[in-house]
Amino acid sequence: MDLIWDGLRKALELLVGLDPEVLGITLLSLKVSGVATLISVLLGLGLAVAVALNEFPGKRLVIALMNTGMGLPPVVVGLFVTVLLWRNGPLGFLGILYTPAAIILAQAVIATPIIAGLGLAALQHLPPELRLQILSLGATRPQLVWLLLREARLPLLAAVMAGFGGVISEVGASIMVGGNLKGSTRVLTTATVMETSRGNFEVAFALSFLLLILAFSVNALLTHLQQTRRPR
Amino acid sequence: MSAPLLEVQELAVHRGHTPVLDIPSLRVGRGEVLALIGPNGAGKSTLLLTLAALLEPTAGSLAFHGETLASAAQRQAYRRRVTMVFQDPLLFDTTVRENIGAGLRLRGVAAGERQERVEATAAQFGIAGLLDRSARHLSGGEAQRTALARAFALRPEALFLDEPFSALDPPTRGGLLEDLGRILADTGTTAILATHDQAEASRLANRLAVMRDGRILQEGALQQVMNHPGDPFVAAFVGMETLLQCTVSAAVEGVLTLALAGHELIAVGEAEVGQAVLVGIRPEHVTLSLQTDKTSSARNQLPGTVTKVIPWGPFHRVELDCGFDLSTWVTPQSLAELALAPGRPVVAAFKATAVHVIRTGPPDQPAPET
Repeated sequence: MDLIWDGLRKALELLVGLDPEVLGITLLSLKVSGVATLISVLLGLGLAVAVALNEFPGKRLVIALMNTGMGLPPVVVGLFVTVLLWRNGPLGFLGILYTPAAIILAQAVIATPIIAGLGLAALQHLPPELRLQILSLGATRPQLVWLLLREARLPLLAAVMAGFGGVISEVGASIMVGGNLKGSTRVLTTATVMETSRGNFEVAFALSFLLLILAFSVNALLTHLQQTRRPR
Repeated sequence: MSAPLLEVQELAVHRGHTPVLDIPSLRVGRGEVLALIGPNGAGKSTLLLTLAALLEPTAGSLAFHGETLASAAQRQAYRRRVTMVFQDPLLFDTTVRENIGAGLRLRGVAAGERQERVEATAAQFGIAGLLDRSARHLSGGEAQRTALARAFALRPEALFLDEPFSALDPPTRGGLLEDLGRILADTGTTAILATHDQAEASRLANRLAVMRDGRILQEGALQQVMNHPGDPFVAAFVGMETLLQCTVSAAVEGVLTLALAGHELIAVGEAEVGQAVLVGIRPEHVTLSLQTDKTSSARNQLPGTVTKVIPWGPFHRVELDCGFDLSTWVTPQSLAELALAPGRPVVAAFKATAVHVIRTGPPDQPAPET
């Protein structure tokens, strides 16, 4: 029990004292996962809209692949992205391996299928005739897409939360493509793994609480967006 | 003569390799209200979607004001001049006000005018008091009123209605039907309505097209189609319940004497002596009494026996055996006054003009299945 109490006390100290290193790690986590989620929203929703609104041969296969992609193991993504970015790999010329950009790339690969898969389900759950109704009101293609996204906003925001939740909490890909470099690519999850393996449980606890607080804050914000602007 | 508002030619829609719609020609003039009636799967909705440029036909053309819609841009521009209402109100998850204004907003109507039109149309449909309510919390009737108001606010040049009342309970439906009929007449809106209810069609439409298997079997003025169905299927669908196969025994100046099961019917129509004719009698044109009335203008007065009395909504449906089967509607009051019950002898009376000649054929033609 002492271990837990010590951990809690240390966590509080680090939090209240705004330890610069811990603060840096937290902000980096937020930045990396936030940017990755943003990229995934653009790619994932784009893909979801394209698949939802078009009929093409192999559509079911594409949907099945998207759904499979929702469960991509981060270590597998980490491995592939590492190979891609390796010095003499296809994207090696970018020179971004072991930088935050590499983590963003890997996390975007993880979150895009989650947002695309859940986003597609959200759009497909709308009444099929709604699309025709919107067109018959005179909508152009962009207006149609906007209205469909707006009608599906609740489940779509849930999809965004799931995507963010997936990447803020993953450790495998971040450690593989980022390297957990102090002051550069160390994020909350990789730091927690490191501190735990060193036996610094108090610090690990502190980092874990920060991770939970971060995840909670972002989701609370998204939930707020999701649940407001609803008429009586 | 100016071009009709809408005209289709050689229209065909295939689903896979199966043809689901085949309309060689259809014209709708300005201000007309055309009802498409037919059973489920007749192609009514497919025809509406095609006319609304929401479904690209496999073949054929659609012309608006005489101009064929060829390009995607033309179809898009056309969609901004017409609109459609579905069976499901398909409202947006926002207020009634925003819903009614949604089409106007999409079409770029300025906020001031939008506001005016939304309020005026809401008042027409009796939902002015609901404008700030969430569309989620409306009853079925209120939701469909909102959907109709959203369409009428656009002042469409043609309005397509796909069974807009099917999901409503009878009292709600009756009220809305009344209001829609009035608003259609007041605004002079051209409308095409798909329904499988002949009562709805006769309340709203002035033209009627009966569809089956993706084809229009008969199209014309409402009364014309209701009273002169071209074949037994159309007859059944427009509510002409009694169909009789007779032989013409005399024809004098358009008045036919028809022989049938030892009886004689007097009809108005064109046929030659000896020809086989199929005639139809609408149940509402038959009246019942207890004895022959010499003073009546009804030239057909046939004794018969009641075989069945079936309660049917506010009326009773009475089936008779007059040597052939005949059915009619009676009010509960008549039912009581005439003491109608199976076995009761009565006299069925109907005018010569109530016997509609559906089909004539050569004397040797076998009786068609009805």
